[in-house]
Amino acid sequence: MLEINDLCVELEEGAKPILKGVTLRVGAGEVHAVMGPNGSGKSTLSYVLAGREGYAVTGGTATLDGADLLALEPERRAAAGLFLAFQYPVEIPGVGNMTFLRTALNAQRKSRGEPELSAGEFLKVVRAKAQQLAIGAEMLNRPINVGFSGGEKKRNEVLQMAVLEPRLCILDETDSGLDVDAMRLVADGVNALRSPDRGFLVITHYQRLLDHIRPDVVHIMADGRIVATGGPDLALEVEANGYAGILAGAS
Amino acid sequence: MTKQTDLRAEATAARLAALSVPPGAPWATEARQAARARLLAMGLPQRRDEYWRFTDPASLNAPDPAPAGVIADDESPLFAATDPLRLTFEDGQLTGADGPAMHGATVETLAAATAADDHWAADLYGRLEAEGQAPVARPFAALATAFATQGVAIRATGQADRPVHLVRRHLDPGADALLRHVVRVEPGASLTLLESGPIAARATSVLEVDVAEGATFHHVRTQGRDRERRAATHVFARVGAGARYRSFTLTLNGALTRNEHVVTLAGEEAVAHVAGAAVGDGAFHHDDTVFVTHAAPGCESRQVFKKVLRHGAVGVFQGKILVRPGAQKTDGYQLSKALLLDDASQFLAKPELEIYADDVRCSHGSTAGGLDDAALFYLRSRGVPLADARDLLSLAFLQEALDEVADEGLAAELRGRIEAWLGRRR
Repeated sequence: MLEINDLCVELEEGAKPILKGVTLRVGAGEVHAVMGPNGSGKSTLSYVLAGREGYAVTGGTATLDGADLLALEPERRAAAGLFLAFQYPVEIPGVGNMTFLRTALNAQRKSRGEPELSAGEFLKVVRAKAQQLAIGAEMLNRPINVGFSGGEKKRNEVLQMAVLEPRLCILDETDSGLDVDAMRLVADGVNALRSPDRGFLVITHYQRLLDHIRPDVVHIMADGRIVATGGPDLALEVEANGYAGILAGAS
Repeated sequence: MTKQTDLRAEATAARLAALSVPPGAPWATEARQAARARLLAMGLPQRRDEYWRFTDPASLNAPDPAPAGVIADDESPLFAATDPLRLTFEDGQLTGADGPAMHGATVETLAAATAADDHWAADLYGRLEAEGQAPVARPFAALATAFATQGVAIRATGQADRPVHLVRRHLDPGADALLRHVVRVEPGASLTLLESGPIAARATSVLEVDVAEGATFHHVRTQGRDRERRAATHVFARVGAGARYRSFTLTLNGALTRNEHVVTLAGEEAVAHVAGAAVGDGAFHHDDTVFVTHAAPGCESRQVFKKVLRHGAVGVFQGKILVRPGAQKTDGYQLSKALLLDDASQFLAKPELEIYADDVRCSHGSTAGGLDDAALFYLRSRGVPLADARDLLSLAFLQEALDEVADEGLAAELRGRIEAWLGRRR
């Protein structure tokens, strides 16, 4: 489903190389975790896949269901089924959460040639999914992420994911800033979305999120490359020995 | 005589050549002659004048207006849900009135009011305008007082049961409108005045409004979408003790729009909110010049002005809060912001505070900037196309000004107009 081949990326400013040949395949129904120390390029990978400005792809490819992601505008990537849950969801005063979600969903449907949802139909969809994430009407009607706690912001990301029903979900350090209860709520939301035709790329610094969202494959990233790939046990090894042990073994 | 005063006198004489003080009752003639004398003494504005540095008055000074294209008004009429008393002005001439009978307020034409020997407007007409000429001259306001034959005189004596809606239509590409409205809201009474529609090729207008003790006056108007319109509008408001004054202006397009607000908080605990949202692209020059005077203790004033500018559009904000000696416990707030959608557009701001009391709270802020890249990417990453994302963020930017419209129904209608405007500009 998601195929990344020898992806090389540098920061546009200063031409600093960040990704130095990343190769990764996520099949339908699979959950892959990408772990690695700070500065290894994990978040850059997620931004480049989602289409954020400021990065230059200097080599390699990234496709989703065969579509060349790197050639698409961010909104077309979303319509193609890519979703990035942000590490730092953006606050946007003046744009209501519901207006935003409906605009996004209908834009994606339109782009795929599907009929737009009426306000009533949309409300029904959102209410049911919001309830599962303990998101009340008050939160839905506030401007996007404005005044939300860290946990609320992450739950709001998962709500968007649930409403937009993407093919591939990238979770960028979704566990950062969450207490145990919030993490469980978010993980439950993500797990509810697991399905045979949806893939996940879970980027995290710590193993603890993976106790809640069980990965099928774990990759360790360091200095812009995947240096080790294994099963869930690899994450436990990181937890026990730190990255240093694994990196030493990989080199 | 210096060259500058020569030019000023010439411009003034040229503009006045075709104008004469209209007939009326002795009090009206006296007020008009006084205004004419004021105008001759100060002369029409010149680019070198302190408050005209950012806006070129030449096209407003010219004896004849530059023709302006007549636009097809293909949108449903605004404010219909309020079931207003509608007064229609075509090219600045009152041509009709319709709507249900109004209770709580009487409405007359300016001509009828100024013909009556004994009239409530005799104490008001030209007075607030004359007081508002210092410390900053407002020559176009004096011009309207002296020469306008068109306008309305509204007196609210109770809770007006419906708004008065001035519906404007522009038919003749060369139409020059000179309008003079006078409003008195008696103690404890309330009134809403609405205005909408393209006015003329050029408009020079004054609204003088006296909001007496405990009274409420709401003013909501739209300007546009006539692209080539030039207008100098003025509102002079006196707000009495415990009275409330709220004003909101939405401007869509216009080659040149200068909106002046002169508001005096004259009685204790008076409240004045003056706000505006403007969107324009290309040959769009929009100037808000606001002067709020706190003349009594315990008053509150708010100025909230926001503009979205693109393709070389120019926004101007000149806003002042003057706190007079003794106006303790003043709460003054002033905000002016511009969203510049490209490098060709510009915002020129001159916020001023002048405070002669020691126990006051006054704050002001003025910013200009582009769209937030992080917000833009966030919206796009969810599938919102770039053009829609820009519109959503532009609308969000203006929301703070729209929030100043107390009536939610009116605010929603205005928001709809902005959305439609943005949609057409794709």
